Amino acid sequence: MNIIEKILANASGKQEVSPGEIVEANIDVAMTHDLTGPLAIKSFHEIGAKKVWDKHKVVVILDHLVPASSVISAGLHKTVRDFVKEQKITNFYDVGRGGVCHQVMPEMGHVRPGEVIVGSDSHTCTYGAFGAFSTGIGSTEMAAVFATGKLWFRVPEVIKVDVTGKFQKLVSAKDLTLNVVGTVGADGAIYKGLEFCGSTIRDMTIDGRMVLANMAVEMGAKAGIIEPDKKTLDYVNARTDKPFTAVKSDKDSTYERTVNIDVSDLEPQVAVPHSVDNVKPVSEVEGTEVNQAFIGSCTNGRLEDLRDAAKIVKGKKIAKTVRLIVIPASQEIYLNAINEGLIKLFMESGATVGNPNCGPCLGGHMGIMADGEACISTSNRNFIGRMGSTKSFVYLASPATVAASALTGKITDPRKEAEV
Amino acid sequence: MTINGKVIKFASNIDTDVILPGPYLVHTDPYELAKHAMAGLDPNFPEKAASGVIVVGGKNFGCGSSREQAPIALKYSGVQCVLAESFARIFYRNAITIGLPVLVCTGISSKVKEGDELAVNLQMGKVENKTNGSVLQATKLPEFIMEILENGGLISHLKRRFETNE
Repeated sequence: MNIIEKILANASGKQEVSPGEIVEANIDVAMTHDLTGPLAIKSFHEIGAKKVWDKHKVVVILDHLVPASSVISAGLHKTVRDFVKEQKITNFYDVGRGGVCHQVMPEMGHVRPGEVIVGSDSHTCTYGAFGAFSTGIGSTEMAAVFATGKLWFRVPEVIKVDVTGKFQKLVSAKDLTLNVVGTVGADGAIYKGLEFCGSTIRDMTIDGRMVLANMAVEMGAKAGIIEPDKKTLDYVNARTDKPFTAVKSDKDSTYERTVNIDVSDLEPQVAVPHSVDNVKPVSEVEGTEVNQAFIGSCTNGRLEDLRDAAKIVKGKKIAKTVRLIVIPASQEIYLNAINEGLIKLFMESGATVGNPNCGPCLGGHMGIMADGEACISTSNRNFIGRMGSTKSFVYLASPATVAASALTGKITDPRKEAEV
Repeated sequence: MTINGKVIKFASNIDTDVILPGPYLVHTDPYELAKHAMAGLDPNFPEKAASGVIVVGGKNFGCGSSREQAPIALKYSGVQCVLAESFARIFYRNAITIGLPVLVCTGISSKVKEGDELAVNLQMGKVENKTNGSVLQATKLPEFIMEILENGGLISHLKRRFETNE
């Protein structure tokens, strides 16, 4: 069996499972947030459930519209806080206590290899970076999980993505990720699993692996997973003392197909409006004017990302025509970035730095786009209206490319800007 | 269960951000959500859908965010059922959960035009185009999914399970 089959077999008490089979799995951790949580809570009450199945296995994080952006969102937060209190949920991250859910989850020790984790957010697949089976579900299904601690899954066919080669300077995990999305396509992995492997993946940091797993859903995948190794165990063991069983794919496990990617000649990549798989090398879109540049989100708001971007803007000023918005993904990252002097570099370059939250990525608040404007962003979606006006444009790129573009006001190859 | 209605047709990769843009996620009332259904592509959609329509999509319908508010907005605006070449996984599950029938129907995007009158038999997965007389076979829904739909969605389905357990 491959790693996904093994995890689902363990979670459903079976010796073996195969693709297409429907299993009912025990859930190890269930996460919800301020935008999908209130609906889950409403459904939970409607089905007549009284108590969550395990108050220690539910994690609640306020991150989408924090601090409250309007009276309505303040009401949503209140609904969530009341539920946390009523259910005596032990893992709750309010404003200022956590940050973007998909960063807070592993950082605070809620993600362990071999576990089945669900979240009422599509980017829950991020925890595949730690060898967990994690996937996004809807609010009412979350209510069912709250009530029963179980959920049905169809065991997915798995596509193996084998990555080899060493990255060129200033080319990073995000460029590989966009390249994979462009290769597999926005619907290339619907209802399937993706297993990322190969020497490049083994060489990648935890931060980098999270970028890849995070965007698995942009190919329609149910999960994107990476076998746990020493780096994974070092990270996880430092943050949780709860026992877990890490699993790996058998050597003879079956895959639907294998996609081979060599990053040796990969140049920085950009996903062009309005589709995530409309991916081009930066050289093809260089010179496109941008009004806003955003560094943050559950895809690229980590310390490594901030370091990459800070190196580019260090000692320079961003273009007068651009707003550069930097949002560290968590309190821990924000504090580390302050201690490393990164925040100072951003602010001296003319950037505005915001508190950890999802904000601009989903057009929620803190950087909404007007008609006709363009944003280059480290986030994960460039759909019509994603960051504001339905007449605005979103280009997805790496932190280095976004920082370089903020300096010139146009989409720019970071390798050129770094030379200046 | 046969559903009759006029077709409103969309292309491939219709994402949940255009079905229900992020700023409207703060609403919890389904009728308020319905006012903004498909706001990312066609602000007049709720008016067109009010009579009870069938949405036809291409590949990967409902990709993107996990927001259950997207199928809710469609259902309460008047959409009776969605037929597409393929669906994104979370949207598919959410639609069933809230009681909006969704059928995978290969070839639908080339065989059906905007405004065509369709009759969809859910149990059989039969899609009859009354405008041009053609008949398409959609993938039939498994029994346990039909049961959820017949109960009006997962909430009433679970409610029953809970009441019998207690």
